[in-house]
Amino acid sequence: MTAVPGCRREDGRVGIRDVVVVVYLVECARFVADAIASPFDDSVHVIGFGGCYPSDYASLMLERLCTHPNVGAVVLVSLGCEGFDRERLADAVEHSGRPCATLVIQDRGGTRATVAAGRDRVQAFRLRMAAVPRVPVTVDDLVVGTICGGSDGTSGITANPVVGRVFDRLVADGGTAIFEETGELIGCEEHMAARALTPELGTEIRARVDKAAAFYTAMGHGSFSPGNAEGGLTTLEEKALGAYAKSGRGPIHGVVTPGQRPPTPGLYLLDVVPEGPPQWGYPNINDNAEIAELIACGAHLVVFTTGRGSVVGSAVSPVLKVCANPETYRRMSDDMDVDAGRILTGGADIDAVAAELHDLVLATAAGRPTSSEALGHREFVLTYKSATPAGPACLPTLRSTGTQS
Amino acid sequence: MTGTLLLLADGDNVYVATAAVVPGEVETTTGGTVRVVDPVGLGHKIAARDIPAGAAVVRCGMPIGRATTAITAGQWVHTHNLRSDYIATLDHRGGPG
Repeated sequence: MTAVPGCRREDGRVGIRDVVVVVYLVECARFVADAIASPFDDSVHVIGFGGCYPSDYASLMLERLCTHPNVGAVVLVSLGCEGFDRERLADAVEHSGRPCATLVIQDRGGTRATVAAGRDRVQAFRLRMAAVPRVPVTVDDLVVGTICGGSDGTSGITANPVVGRVFDRLVADGGTAIFEETGELIGCEEHMAARALTPELGTEIRARVDKAAAFYTAMGHGSFSPGNAEGGLTTLEEKALGAYAKSGRGPIHGVVTPGQRPPTPGLYLLDVVPEGPPQWGYPNINDNAEIAELIACGAHLVVFTTGRGSVVGSAVSPVLKVCANPETYRRMSDDMDVDAGRILTGGADIDAVAAELHDLVLATAAGRPTSSEALGHREFVLTYKSATPAGPACLPTLRSTGTQS
Repeated sequence: MTGTLLLLADGDNVYVATAAVVPGEVETTTGGTVRVVDPVGLGHKIAARDIPAGAAVVRCGMPIGRATTAITAGQWVHTHNLRSDYIATLDHRGGPG
């Protein structure tokens, strides 16, 4: 990873990586996008949307990802006849000050010509990106997301409380932290509401968890996998209780929805569940769908806790893996960044592991590759869905400071 | 920490196993022992005391569902005798209902 920290973008935000994204705008353009990226090192990432029908959600997500502070340049790859509004996306990228090219396969004359043109553009953009001003990254520049995946009975005892302590410290130091997700916090609504900055925000949190419970009930299946049960978790609320520990103990400053950037530093809950009855299927089909949403909210890096053992990383932002289970860590240590399972075997206490993770978050922000980056992971998935930006009751800090979104 | 059965909060009626346990007397983190009835893996729950059918199972101070049958101290607490108050857990691989 040729990670150069502290890329100052024209909007004032600072990136901790300098990635070129090659973006397919329909599945039919995906092979060409992959081929454009394939000869380059792992700072050229492929993201995109597979559907041919228009999607406001996919448009928002790709716009937020293409203008993410970790992204330095964008190559859009269109087949030519798909429903995605490529001009609008290109306008948004150009407006952000980033180099942007749009390649239309049908106009370019097919696969070979488009791949050659795309590689030329990537090379040219990387030369221009070398001129981006470099600045030191500080905690108040950072947006850190967290997710748990492959949870088990150890997650809520070791890795998740470790993340909670790191979140408390990052927020106290002026950073921004985002935890997820309403569907995996069913049963924790009263505890979260009590931590809300205002009573109105508390009411919103309760309503959003109720919405999630109704949504998953209508789908006939909660966010609970067979592996969760094999690892000792029995019920959705038990899993939620463990997941909730990632949020720490500080006040909750607001609720955001996918692609919505927290307007001020603080601790935010990401509500991933769409409004209304289920329309497009499960809110997020897997962990990477949720990681992509955290990144679209501006997360520079994502802290991923796992008990059963996940190996995923992500395009655009590094993923740091905290392993909750000492047996899993022994089997999969190459894929992990932090061994929180040693809290159970007497090797360390929660504070010691939290100090290690905190240092690693800062080191990752300064360019140190995570395990998943070093292994070349850069998963990405984006599906049909809807997302409605949260209103003023969800963002009390916005009102109190008068900041514009 | 000493003891393999972890009590996460005072008042909890289940322990969490911090390593695999086999039937017999097993030390708890609160200084006592429990006669474990069922073998369980790391991360699974053992009843800390008798739990009547219909009573809340409490872990880390929060209810995590209700006992579907009477559970005696030392028994494994899982999908065969505990169910969610919210959305039922997926039953899978012919496991106990």
